[in-house]
Formats: sequence, C-alpha cells, structure tokens
Amino acid sequence: MSRDLILQAVISGLLMGLIYALVAVGLTLIFGLMEIVNFAHGEFLMLAMFTAFWFWALGGLDPMLSLPLVAILLAVAGILAHFGIIRRLLKAPMLAQVCGTFGLGVALRAGAQFLWTPDFRTITNPFIAGRVQIGPIFIGQPQLISGGICLLSFAALWWFVTRTETGLGLQATAQDRQAAAVIGIPTERMFALGWAIGLGCVGIAGTMLSTFYYIFSDVGTNFALLAFVAVALGGFGSILGSLLAGLLIGLVESLGGLLLDPSYKTLIVFGLYLTVVIFRPHGLFGRF
Amino acid sequence: MLEKARAERLWPRPPLWASALGAAAIALLIAYPFIFTTSFSHHLMILILLYALMAQSWNVVAGLSGQISLGQAIFFGIGAYSSTVLFAKYGITPWAGLMVGMLLSALAAVAIGVPTLRLRGHYFAIATLLIGSGVQIVFQRWDWVGAASGLYVPIERTSPLFYLQFHTSKVPYYYLVLGAVAIGYLVVWKLRRSRLGFRLQALRDEPDAAASLGIAIARHKVLAFMISAAMMSVAGTFYAQYVLVLDPERLFSAEISIIVLLMTVLGGSGTLWGPALGAAILVPLSEYSRIWFGGTGRTIDLILYGILILLVCMWRPSGILSLLEERIRRRAEMP
Repeated sequence: MSRDLILQAVISGLLMGLIYALVAVGLTLIFGLMEIVNFAHGEFLMLAMFTAFWFWALGGLDPMLSLPLVAILLAVAGILAHFGIIRRLLKAPMLAQVCGTFGLGVALRAGAQFLWTPDFRTITNPFIAGRVQIGPIFIGQPQLISGGICLLSFAALWWFVTRTETGLGLQATAQDRQAAAVIGIPTERMFALGWAIGLGCVGIAGTMLSTFYYIFSDVGTNFALLAFVAVALGGFGSILGSLLAGLLIGLVESLGGLLLDPSYKTLIVFGLYLTVVIFRPHGLFGRF
Repeated sequence: MLEKARAERLWPRPPLWASALGAAAIALLIAYPFIFTTSFSHHLMILILLYALMAQSWNVVAGLSGQISLGQAIFFGIGAYSSTVLFAKYGITPWAGLMVGMLLSALAAVAIGVPTLRLRGHYFAIATLLIGSGVQIVFQRWDWVGAASGLYVPIERTSPLFYLQFHTSKVPYYYLVLGAVAIGYLVVWKLRRSRLGFRLQALRDEPDAAASLGIAIARHKVLAFMISAAMMSVAGTFYAQYVLVLDPERLFSAEISIIVLLMTVLGGSGTLWGPALGAAILVPLSEYSRIWFGGTGRTIDLILYGILILLVCMWRPSGILSLLEERIRRRAEMP
C-alpha cells in the first residue's frame, strides 16, 4: 500500500466528512434546542438534492447558482415543519416524537418515490466538474468545492451562534428553556429558527452533494444513519463536536474501505458509534 | 393470592358485552376461511395475523418496557434464516427450526441488549437502527446463507404438516398462524398481569422510582427484549414457510422494523389489542392500495402509513384504541 494511496483516502475521506458534518449539525442543533431527534432528517436531505436537481433539469440553473435558493427553501420547510408538526409533538411522550418524525420521513420518502420513481439521477454537466491534481493526489473538483462551502457554512454558523445576540438567545434556549423564557427570549421563535438553520444546512449539504452523487428517493437513509452516528460521537447539541465527528466518520469510512473490504465500511462506522455510546455516553467532545 | 387480588383490581373483569364481543371475534376468526373462501381473503388475513404477531413483539419491548427498538427486523430475519438453513442444508423440520430461531433470537437479544439497553431513550433507538442495518449488510455478504440472492425453501410435498408447507390450500396455514398468534397474545396477556409485567411497566413509567424500589432495571429490560425477539422470530419462520423465498434485502429491511412500530403506535402502544388493531388497519390498506394503484401502490401505502402515524402522534399519541375506550367509558358513565 503506497503512501500516496493512503493520503488520497485521507483527503477524500475528510472532504466527504465535511458533508456528513453539515448534515449532522442540523440534527444536533434541533436536538440541543428541544430534545427531539429528527428521524426525517435524511429525507430532508433527499428533498434538498431533488430540489437542486429540478432547478437544474427544468430551470437550467446550476447547483452553484441554486445553492442559496435551495437553502432558503429548506429553511422555510423547517419553519413549516416546526409550526405544523413539531410544536405539537413537543408535549407528547418520547415514543410519539420518535414515531411522528419517523412517520414524516416515511411519507416523504415514499412520496418522492411515487412522484419521481425510484430511478437514480445525476446532474450531468455542472459548472464544477473534473478533478485537480495536487502533487500525487487527485481530488474531484466538486468534492473540493463542496468541502470548502461546508467549512464556510460552519464558520458562518459558529459566528452566528457565538457572536450575535440571536445566536446567544439560541444557546440560552438550548441550555434552559424556562430560564430563557423568563429573561424575555422568545423560545418559540428560537425553536423555529433552530429548524430553519438546521434544515438550511441540510439544504446546502444536499445541493453540494447533488453535484457529484446519485440522486434518488432512498439517498437520505444512509446519510441520516451517519448523521446519527456523528451527533452521538460529537455529543447531542454540540456544533463543534459534530464537525469533528463528521470528519472522523469520513476518515474512518474512507480508510476502512481502503484497508479492509469497501463493503464493510459502514459497519466500521456503526461499530464506532456503539463503542462510543457505551463507553462515553456523552460523546467524544461534550456540549457546546 | 395477594398478587391475584391486586391484578383483579388493576384490571377489573371486562363487562359482559365485551366478553360477548370477544367470543364473537374468536368465532369469526375460526370460521373466517369458510366465510371468505377466496385465496386473496385468506392471504390478507394471514398477513394481518402475522403482522399482529410482529407488532405485538414490538409492543413487548417498546410498549411494556419503554425501549424504542428500531431493529426488530433482525429477529424476523433470524427466525426465517434459522428454519430455512436447517431445512435446506440438513433436512431438519421447520418446527425444530422454529425453536432454534427463537433461541438464537433470544441470544441475539441478549448480545444486543446487554450493552445497549443501559442507554437512555434515543441512544438505544439509534443503536438498534444501526445494528439492524449492520446485520442486513452482514447477511447480504454471507455466502454460506446465499449472500444477497438469499435462499429458497426446498419444495416438499409429502408431509405438509411436518414440513410446514401447504401447496394446495392456504387454510391449514391460516390456522397455524392463528394458533401462533393466539399463543403469542396469551403470553403477553399473562405477562402484563405477572410480577415481571408490573415491574416492566413500573420501570417504563418511572425508571428512577422503580430502581429505588430495588427492581433490577437492566435485567428486566433484557428479559423483555428476549421475549420480544423470540416472538418476532416465530413470525419470521412462519413468513419464510409462507413465501418460501428468503431475501435479505426484505427480511432485514428497516421497513419491517418501522412497520411494526407504526402498527403498534397506531393501534395503541402498551395495550394488549393495539398491535392487532394497527395490523388490521394497515395491512388491508397496503394490500388494497396495491390492487387499486397497481405497481406504484407500494409507495402509496407507505405515504398513507406515514401520514396516518404522524397524525396519530400529533393528535392522539396513545393510539386509536384509547379513542374507542374513552368513548365506551364515557357512554358507560352516563346515567
């Protein structure tokens, strides 16, 4: 096994990890705010990819141009989901919360399959295509730019949450809902904002993913599983944790696929989850 | 004696009309294959019964002990594979395979449950989801059991009852499944009134209080998980003997784990009859949508499932059964 091959796997693993991380951060944000695990998260990612696809197929709009549109649409979907569905589930027992979001996911996935058939689709001639060579390593240009945009999104999110008043309100709500309400933070609006940001991130991740990945109705399932793993590794509610955990998962997956059989790479990641939740139930990195 | 008295008070004797209704339902179930004679109506009822058993199995682990398992398909698959591998490779009767499947499933439940059942709420749910997906990957790669193409149950026409294969009529099969369901529901009925059942419900509702009373939480949860796994495994064996084809893609699919959850929650999780009610609603919905909408029906039923369950969770988290119960109680209380 040459050094170049390993380096190649590390780089591509990290780039994919950035996407996992951006999907996971939405999940972790929502959980941190209202202790609800969004089991429909993968389906929203699928919707984001299809939205980007249809912008391209019907409107001729390249994913790089539709990126803000998809992000905004998904954020709006998040706000609608919050006010239409989640607000009612907040008071329900945990079983109803799990089943409710699961039901939403099942309906969305089946709806997508019904409307658009289970066929695999690709965006064939995006602006960003081909690959670049850095020394001995080849990197797909879509992957590289996606990674960069994911990192930028993380930086923006980090700045928003820690440096703006609204972001601090978001953090306060996550720490103690009632205390936040007492000092005049509109917690209800914070919840909606959490959903908007969470699904907005999914919108960005989905659009970037659509430039180099197959688009089909079941695409979200695997990404959602990996996002669950990332959230558990990073600690539920931790932004930085999910970034690190996403990178770790991408790395483990890519190196595991290289060193062992590629078909078992998911198993390795699942094993990682089990090990961590059993021995470090609060995740590797704790809360934000 | 004391135990019994306590049970009587917690679960008062059902009123006369309820007993009559129950007796009528049992009579109807027994006479069903002769009232509705088409092959499709037999098929429909067999599926309802199988799913009623599967949903009840989920109900034991989630409804009774409060652990949301999203990996029940593991045990369904183990049940199907145990009987089929033993029969196809060694010629052992599926009845023995049924037992072996139950045992293996219970062992798998221990292996999965001991480390994960200590986890709270979401962590356990996600762990079972991942393990379920992992087990599916393993079976799809495992050459000895046919890898991704699966296995066939060899056709054997000599002794239907011994080989658990009925090629001319679905009726004997119907009664066998009915028997399995009856036993399963009886076990759960007993369980709910037993010491173990009370403890499970106590640790579901108030884990801390239950622990402080000296209930060994972890051990009880594992026990409930084992019972649940064994029940699911029985359904798996019967399913394999019914369709005669094992496809790991389907047997271990998350869809199966999710559907049993949807049925139970729809009917009413934690109740005895909720899972059966959920199966009786969702299975016909799925089968008829397949007939009415043809090839795309497969997803229409899932769209309906998803929306239905979402509505139930939003407006009636305790399930449809509680709606009926409430109405009956209100009527009974009227002067």
